[in-house]
Amino acid sequence: MARKISMKQAINEALDLEMSADPTVICLGEDIVGGAGADGERDAWGGVLGVTKGLYAKHGDRLMDTPLSESAYIGAAIGAANCGMRPVAELMFLDFMGVCFDQMFNQAAKFKYMFGGKAHTPVVIRGMVGAGFRAAAQHSQMLTPLFTHIPGLKVVCPSTPYDTKGLLIQSIRDNDPVIFCEHKNLYGFEGEVPEGSYTIPLGEANIVRDGKDCSIITYGLMVHRSLEAAAILAKEGIEVEILDLRTLSPLDVDSILETVEKTGRLVCVDEANPRCSIASDVSSIVAMHAFKALKGPIQMVTAPHTPVPFSPILEDLYIPNAAQIVEAVKRATGGKK
Amino acid sequence: MANITPIVMPKWGLSMQEGTVTSWLVEVGTQIKVGMPILEVETDKIANAVEAPDPGLLRKKVASDGELLPVKALLGVMADSDVTDAEIDEYVASYITPSSDDDGVEEVSANTFIDVNGINIRYVKRGADNGVPILFIHGFGGDLDNWLFNIDSLADKHPVIALDLPGHGQSAIKLPGKSITDLAKFVIDFMKAINVDKAHLVGHSMGGAVAAKIALLDANRVATLNLICTAGLGEDINSSYTHGFASSESKRELKPFLELLFADSSLVGRQMVDDVLKYKRLDGVTNLLLELGSALFGKGKQSEQPVKELTNKHKILIIAGEKDQIIPPQHVKNAPSHAKVEVFSDAGHMTQMEKANEVNKLIIGHVSD
Repeated sequence: MARKISMKQAINEALDLEMSADPTVICLGEDIVGGAGADGERDAWGGVLGVTKGLYAKHGDRLMDTPLSESAYIGAAIGAANCGMRPVAELMFLDFMGVCFDQMFNQAAKFKYMFGGKAHTPVVIRGMVGAGFRAAAQHSQMLTPLFTHIPGLKVVCPSTPYDTKGLLIQSIRDNDPVIFCEHKNLYGFEGEVPEGSYTIPLGEANIVRDGKDCSIITYGLMVHRSLEAAAILAKEGIEVEILDLRTLSPLDVDSILETVEKTGRLVCVDEANPRCSIASDVSSIVAMHAFKALKGPIQMVTAPHTPVPFSPILEDLYIPNAAQIVEAVKRATGGKK
Repeated sequence: MANITPIVMPKWGLSMQEGTVTSWLVEVGTQIKVGMPILEVETDKIANAVEAPDPGLLRKKVASDGELLPVKALLGVMADSDVTDAEIDEYVASYITPSSDDDGVEEVSANTFIDVNGINIRYVKRGADNGVPILFIHGFGGDLDNWLFNIDSLADKHPVIALDLPGHGQSAIKLPGKSITDLAKFVIDFMKAINVDKAHLVGHSMGGAVAAKIALLDANRVATLNLICTAGLGEDINSSYTHGFASSESKRELKPFLELLFADSSLVGRQMVDDVLKYKRLDGVTNLLLELGSALFGKGKQSEQPVKELTNKHKILIIAGEKDQIIPPQHVKNAPSHAKVEVFSDAGHMTQMEKANEVNKLIIGHVSD
């Protein structure tokens, strides 16, 4: 039965269903139980924004509050994954990945390769990404390009509650390490989600709007900004097609080339900083493999090459908006349809 | 304003919120009769002609070709010739499209669930409270949205009920058994559970075989039979479709199979493929469909032929599409001799969608006589 729930509830439901279905699924992270040692309900908090609320009451000690040491518990999750568990570790803000680089990039991502395909690391590291939460430079980055760069890691960044639940269940069942990027400003975003379990394969992009004049390739919160831009452009007679990548690694190159071959024009919208970004990656793939289909220059709309500002006014200017996307589409189409 | 009749954007199916007017099929000044196709509308799911629900003289086209408008938006105005243009302009200017919030309430109440023998079943009920209801039974891999062009049109005159069979649509992913007989017994129990003693049965494909089996098992429960591109009327079936539909895992794999369902394969839009994939990606659906498909239609042969066994106890309407690529339309030659048979030359397996208006008329005629 489908009903409307928020992205936060979709994450909670995916964790709950997989913990119920598979006893090897465990959760660990800072304050994900949250009330341990305090008076009252033991999972009163359920994580910094309440994503795991209620799960401790149901699944007990398969959820573990960890010390405030990301290096330690991300390493523990990866080790547990090598020993037959399917851990889901919450990194709270994925900006904290810095202190887990060896565990994630040099160990988890390499085990399968270093052990001749015999070692599996079915771990999910999930946490918040993105700006707009007034949480300043160290808690607001879109580090998707950094994770995507590393072979051996899978990277997911959903835009809707439906996709979030299906992709998270698939990520938990996947035998490789997955970094699951949740945009904090989409936690309250609601959409129709079936009650039961379902999966969406990793590496399948999704057309969220059909159009013939220009392709917008994007992911995460920027899908919604692009839809806003599309509504403005439609009034002027420009119909854009929007491709939501959903998974950044593996990347659905076929769908990327297909939409550009259809429209002949491309705008990449990425909340990450511009250098070595998802936008520049997609642009280079299209320039190499679909150059003949292009009728105009590829455009990129990204955050600027600066840290995320703490000033609310500056932070709002930092995040790509619909007006910038509209302008970029007009540059790409040169006013022509 | 009593003499002014609005033509509004129809609502096809639960999820439709807006539609694009592709083209007008009539000119201003046309005397419109009930059921006349007046304009083409395209939704994100499918395109179809809007039939006039009321008669009148077309005075003004409000919607222009290519315009995207919400459900219930004013598309045109009909009025007698004694109504002045000024009155019509005033009517158009003062028309307020009912908000979608109203629909929200309707949608919640339209979707109902009931437990039948431990299986949670989704169904919708519309239309009049009294009279013998029309019960719609969809085919293999389908759901009640297969009837999106039929339910509301028939609900004007009869109570209509459509269900998602076990393991289909939004019903529980569980089967009461893997034979037409098991499904027929289950639908009988569903009818008992919702207190329907007797109904006109409309079945599509596998649902047609189920409807026929219900008539054989419990004759008094069935008023008339209306079977569209029905299974159970011959041996052959395109089991590469049923297997391919069940096993496809991506849009690219699934789309060619869905295109087999229509004479005009361009009707298979992105939204239709997405909706079917959403269902197929629920845990357990793929295995359930593979098992049901191989039990009923394994190796290109249908396991049961209940339509052939029907006697003249029931009035039977059999509708087929000559371009059906799933069940050979030639099977209609096996129809019981008293059955009324209609074959549409330019329709495929989803004849109830591709020829919705014509099919609706045939069913209304058949159940009313």
